[in-house]
Amino acid sequence: MISLTSPVETWAHRIPAGAKLLALPFLTLALFLTGRPWALAAALLVIVLLYLSGGAAFLRQGAGHLRMLWPFLLLIAVWHSLTGQMQAGLVVALRLLAALALANFVTMTTRLSDMIGVLTWLLAPLRRIGLPTRAVELAIAMVLRFTPMLVENGHRLAMSWRARSRRKPGWRIVVPMAALALDDADHVAEALRARGGILNDIPDGRS
Amino acid sequence: MERNMTQIALFAALIAALGLIPSLTLAFGVPITAQSMGVMLAGAILGARRGALAVLLVLALVALGLPLLAGGRGGLGVFVSPTAGFLAGWLAAAFVIGLIVKRLRAGPLAVTVTLASVVGGIGVMYAFGILGMSIVLDKTLAECAVLVMAFVPGDIIKAVLTGLITQALARSRPASILSRH
Repeated sequence: MISLTSPVETWAHRIPAGAKLLALPFLTLALFLTGRPWALAAALLVIVLLYLSGGAAFLRQGAGHLRMLWPFLLLIAVWHSLTGQMQAGLVVALRLLAALALANFVTMTTRLSDMIGVLTWLLAPLRRIGLPTRAVELAIAMVLRFTPMLVENGHRLAMSWRARSRRKPGWRIVVPMAALALDDADHVAEALRARGGILNDIPDGRS
Repeated sequence: MERNMTQIALFAALIAALGLIPSLTLAFGVPITAQSMGVMLAGAILGARRGALAVLLVLALVALGLPLLAGGRGGLGVFVSPTAGFLAGWLAAAFVIGLIVKRLRAGPLAVTVTLASVVGGIGVMYAFGILGMSIVLDKTLAECAVLVMAFVPGDIIKAVLTGLITQALARSRPASILSRH
């Protein structure tokens, strides 16, 4: 599993993840509270400059992540040219671009390990009141490991389907995929229990 | 404890895998993403609590920056996009579907699960989705409701398939329908 963190190393990669994640909701809220098009245009310009500070390749990568917005931008353009409220349409479009670009900037400049570090820190108080936060960390690792494996299962099931039938494998393949996932869940649960369970921490140095 | 956790993790992986496999997105020749079907299955098979936790795990990993959503999307940006409401709706959908499958014991499982998926996976999920869209796009709820209507037929197909898949799974592995335990 490859994270969406940009391989292009920028100055923003060195800012602590917690600081970026703390600033993001406030800045996003500010974008949503502003109704003035020039303020949003200025914000978008600053964000574009942020991307540009990481180099042209980084900017191109960031623009690529915004591709999913074009149907919505098209919709806004058509809608507002029909209703004649061009300024309102401009506000929505600029806000959408700025908010998404800003959030993606944080994702692109923060490594997965740093993100997980922040999550662990956020979960620490829950650990103190007795919730099994180790299970959360283990579950994250399991999804990372098992997603490619289930995709692989799907491909193998599709291949064996094609060996037996001339028709395309369709939704029916999800049945054995889900069954195999449930079997794997049982096997991993047994393996975890055999190793002392998830509640018993493995002592340092013996992992 | 261990079994609950691994089932939640494996179903989160299944939801992610269903979004990554393009060859599975075809149903009756119509290309639809199978990912929201994974959400319906999580509720129908794992039950309300575990199903919603599996969805929460997927969303947490997406927020951490992993491209687990259909089409390889992910990162914090998707939570401010016009479709962010639907992601919140996934949580509620899995929970409601699990709840209905547990409580409603009359009739064949396929019909019950289809019904639950229509109520939870369409009714509840679209309520969240439309609300999110109306906030981000600054349109009224009615206007957004009209915009998303085009996706309802595809989701009805997914609800029926969820019913059929759950019943097939109940036949091959009777103990696996944990929502009924």
